[in-house]
Amino acid sequence: MDFGFKISPSSAINLDNVDLTKFEELHRMEPDVYKCMACGSCSATCPASPFSGMSMRKVITALQRGKEKEAVAMLRNCMLCGKCSMVCPRGINTRHLILSIFRIYREDGK
Amino acid sequence: MKENIVIIGGGIAGLEVAVQLLDLGYKPIVIEKRDRLGGHVADWNLLFPDMIPARDVVGNLIARASEANIFLNTEISFVNKLKDSYNIMLSNGISINTRIIVMTTGFALFDAAKKEEYGYGVYDQVMTNKDLEHWFNTGDDKRVNDSAMNAVGFVHCVGSRDEKARNPQCSKVCCITAIKQAIELKQRFPEAMVYCFYMDLRMFGKKYEDFYINAQRDYGIRFIRGRVSEVSENIDGRVIVKAEDTLSGKPVKVTLDLLVLMAGIICNTDSTRLANMVSLPIDSDGFLKSRDNVAEIIESPRDGIFYAGACTGPKTVPETLAEARAAALKVHLFIKGLK
Ligand SMILES: Cc1cc2nc3c(=O)[nH]c(=O)nc-3n(C[C@H](O)[C@H](O)[C@H](O)COP(=O)(O)OP(=O)(O)OC[C@H]3O[C@@H](n4cnc5c(N)ncnc54)[C@H](O)[C@@H]3O)c2cc1C
Ligand code: SF4
Ligand code: SF4
Ligand code: SF4
Repeated sequence: MDFGFKISPSSAINLDNVDLTKFEELHRMEPDVYKCMACGSCSATCPASPFSGMSMRKVITALQRGKEKEAVAMLRNCMLCGKCSMVCPRGINTRHLILSIFRIYREDGK
Repeated sequence: MKENIVIIGGGIAGLEVAVQLLDLGYKPIVIEKRDRLGGHVADWNLLFPDMIPARDVVGNLIARASEANIFLNTEISFVNKLKDSYNIMLSNGISINTRIIVMTTGFALFDAAKKEEYGYGVYDQVMTNKDLEHWFNTGDDKRVNDSAMNAVGFVHCVGSRDEKARNPQCSKVCCITAIKQAIELKQRFPEAMVYCFYMDLRMFGKKYEDFYINAQRDYGIRFIRGRVSEVSENIDGRVIVKAEDTLSGKPVKVTLDLLVLMAGIICNTDSTRLANMVSLPIDSDGFLKSRDNVAEIIESPRDGIFYAGACTGPKTVPETLAEARAAALKVHLFIKGLK
């Protein structure tokens, strides 16, 4: 039956159920990941962003909210050029961070 | 020197004005409506940014101001404007003639119960910034349950930046207070998840940004940009908080053992009442109106009446003390006939 609208699965974030085991593993490898203040400098400078929607800022937020698949899918557009690392005002080595994210999240994020 | 100087309000602003005037050789009169001195700061525990005990700051001021004429539990019953002075009638029956009044009546904390959607006074596990300072000082508050502190949230801008709460202003000190308190809670409960729900983080002061970075890097405090829209209680008495995580554009929900509301700084209705008695104007933000808000913040539009501290708007302790010192100097120059 067609009701003229469809219901998509809830995109709501329930922080009670977010499993942060992997994020904590990431934090052990990349302590600076906690320092992101969501300023968006990385995304604004990213050459992949205008074409693919790649945003390092969104990746970091998504990982903390348990949206791991979303984060890893986005990261596939990264060319590892390292521009984002150069502009981050909190001195986060985002390029290195991206490599670590791949190492930790790849298996189930494919 | 026999010139009467009346300081209304015995918080840190009033005390500091008194201390400076005593050092200059005057004998000021301090009128405090409560049964103790120190104002709001006497209720706090550790003060940002250096985390020094509030007790020491207040204790030191009280000791140094002890030679002033201090009236506790005393209010202003009425003020008569004479030709070029004022006749002030106190609630204890004493009447004072003076040319000089220093208004140091401070602020009032927004009544968090007015934001009904946050459930203060309704749900068991909701407290305010002030209640938390009280707990830091006394360890006495049954909302803080040492054995079940797994998740704690801080709500910024409660009764601030809120036209519906009739206070569109930013209270200025509550962002840094929230982060200070979040760190202090995390130090006591290292396993707890601590969230701050904010709209903007206003880390304007010396070293405040360091607090923010520490909160993130060293304490793992989670910052969620979005105003809490509603709070409910679940069957086991914990609170469920809903907001939008505006950074990811998704609704977010979390269950907490304790919710701390950052109640804002609003004008103290007592100062407004007093202002009416001496026909001082009120500014559009509800606080006492200065001659101007750039160069003459401590001067009222009336000769001989000066301001210091939070009676003209939200202030930190160092800002309050600096204004108090400046006001004392103004009083001195006024008496010398130089101003
Ligand atoms: C939760 C919280 C935490 C804070 N923590 C810090 C911190 O860590 N560091 C920092 O720098 N700042 C802090 N502040 C800011 C600090 O509280 C203010 O800077 C300070 O209280 C201002 O002092 P005041 O003397 O101007 O006003 P108040 O503290 O409000 O004192 C005013 C006094 O006047 C009296 N009074 C009022 N009306 C009358 C009347 N009509 N007659 C007689 N007496 C009257 C009152 O009873 C009171 O004693 C904090 C604020 C809040 C809300
Ligand atoms: S390293 Fe990746 S995320 Fe960073 S700027 Fe280059 S393409 Fe964008
Ligand atoms: S530039 Fe750095 S601080 Fe800013 S959003 Fe990107 S990673 Fe975060
Ligand atoms: S200081 Fe922060 S919490 Fe307080 S009113 Fe301003 S923005 Fe809101």
